[in-house]
Amino acid sequence: MRIICPIKRVPDTAADKKIDATDNTVDRDGSEPVLNANDEWSIEEAMRIKERDGAEVIVLCMGPEAAQTTIRKALSYGLDGAIHVNDEGVAGSDAVGTARVLAAALADEEFDLIIMGNQSSDARTMLVPAMLAEFLDLPALTYAKKLDVADGTATVQREMPSGHQVVEAPLPAVVSVVEAINEPRYPSFKGIMAAKSKPVATPDLAALGVDAGEVGLGGAWTQVDEITPKPPKEAGEKVSDDGSGNLGAQAVAEFLTKQKLL
Amino acid sequence: MVDILVLVDHDGGTPKKISNQILTAARAVGGGEVHAALFGDKASEAAGKVGAYGATKAFVWEDEAAGAYATETQTAALVAALEASGAQAVLYSSDPFVTDVVARAAVRVGAGVVTDAVDLELDGDTLVATKPIFGGDMVSKCHVKGGRPQFIGVKANAFTAEESGGGAPEVAALDVTLDEKAKRAKVTDVVEASSGGRPEMTEAAIIVAGGRGLGDAEGFELVERLADALGAAVGASRAATDAGWYPHQHQIGQTGKTVSPQLYIGAGISGAIQHRAGMQTSQTIVVINKDAEAPIFSIADFGVVGDLYKILPPLIEEVGKRKL
Repeated sequence: MRIICPIKRVPDTAADKKIDATDNTVDRDGSEPVLNANDEWSIEEAMRIKERDGAEVIVLCMGPEAAQTTIRKALSYGLDGAIHVNDEGVAGSDAVGTARVLAAALADEEFDLIIMGNQSSDARTMLVPAMLAEFLDLPALTYAKKLDVADGTATVQREMPSGHQVVEAPLPAVVSVVEAINEPRYPSFKGIMAAKSKPVATPDLAALGVDAGEVGLGGAWTQVDEITPKPPKEAGEKVSDDGSGNLGAQAVAEFLTKQKLL
Repeated sequence: MVDILVLVDHDGGTPKKISNQILTAARAVGGGEVHAALFGDKASEAAGKVGAYGATKAFVWEDEAAGAYATETQTAALVAALEASGAQAVLYSSDPFVTDVVARAAVRVGAGVVTDAVDLELDGDTLVATKPIFGGDMVSKCHVKGGRPQFIGVKANAFTAEESGGGAPEVAALDVTLDEKAKRAKVTDVVEASSGGRPEMTEAAIIVAGGRGLGDAEGFELVERLADALGAAVGASRAATDAGWYPHQHQIGQTGKTVSPQLYIGAGISGAIQHRAGMQTSQTIVVINKDAEAPIFSIADFGVVGDLYKILPPLIEEVGKRKL
């Protein structure tokens, strides 16, 4: 079994975001980027399959040289190696550009499963897993809160607003996972040390046969016209309950009535 | 001017509220024709109802394959509907399953996709979408580059549904050719959990959310009672879902759902940035927390410092009285 875990290097949600005003892209140097939180679940799920059934697990990431730190972080969970599409030309890619590059990086790879987070915490489009599956002409099992792999078939519980679907597809397949699927481990000291020497292939776009004009900011099918910070919201009225609960309850009800919400 | 095809979500023959909102938006912004695409069980029945919100044509594919397989059968139907309609843009609801269908269709037809629009304007033949980014810290305007089909996802409650006074639309059955590949991901079972009769969280006009301050799973009973008094959905912070107090799909925040209801009421939620990233675009925010310094107060329109176990019971009673 060979498993690919696509990951994304994202700005820290807690950090102040900076926008490069010249091209409306995220200034990724503005704060130390981190491994996308949702990718920790896909990595954990791949590691569980590796430990249970035996598998080689490979990280896939596109980004500049600096993405190395995020890739090493992912490897520290115990994964076996990485493909780093290392090319400044991918900067500013939209979802379709991202999926196109990831697909190109896998064109000559053998694998049974692609397991990835259902969304990134920065763009949050949720488009990439299905787009990647489309480019690779593979079935996609998305929003998995449970994954079973047996006899060449992947079966997931696909999370719905309440309840779930059970969906199955033959391998190879793309699986995107949600938080409920597992509780990710912390990297061990041994894992952190071992990550330093795991093999990382670093093809650029040309090596993958990707036309640079089809990806990055220029190749995007969408364009950002402007980005404006939202004016900070002013805190509204704050009242203290007197300990009885009635004062607080009346105050809320009164507010809701005044706002015509009741 | 742009003709718009609206991918209508429906529940057993009735278009969802969000689809009526999107049809209304399409009518207001496009300046051209508004068409609807409806797939799956009872799609024809639902199609009869989209005229009331301004669709003049409905493209229907009522094949059981729409629900028997995940995503790809509906992708084929959407591509067929777009071709039959001739529209230059597709508006769809920002729902995970719908997003899958749209994502694959976009690659197939070369469409650009903009997600999570809360406002739309027309610039010549181009729809310009306004969307919150970075959890609402910033607002972006964006569009699909010229010449490509424009696929735009619309968030629930961004627009108010208004009837157009239009009659029944012209209904056309779609001819959808499915290859075997479209049937690779097979739905073998659907396990419905009880929603308690509450609306879906991402569609609800009102959400009552509970967090760590509830102390235990039983605390959610109070949250549910307040939600029921208001006709609201129930949400939860990550602390609460991680603790197993409430199902994960109700989690609001960076790793869960992004919501923007008319009214968000947070009880026992301190408002870590990861939670705020999922709810701070709510129109009105009311919070109850015993810690006066909790960060969520900084974005609240109205806050009460106090013990939620004391405040919620009389509040539930008061809401019940005032609703009458």
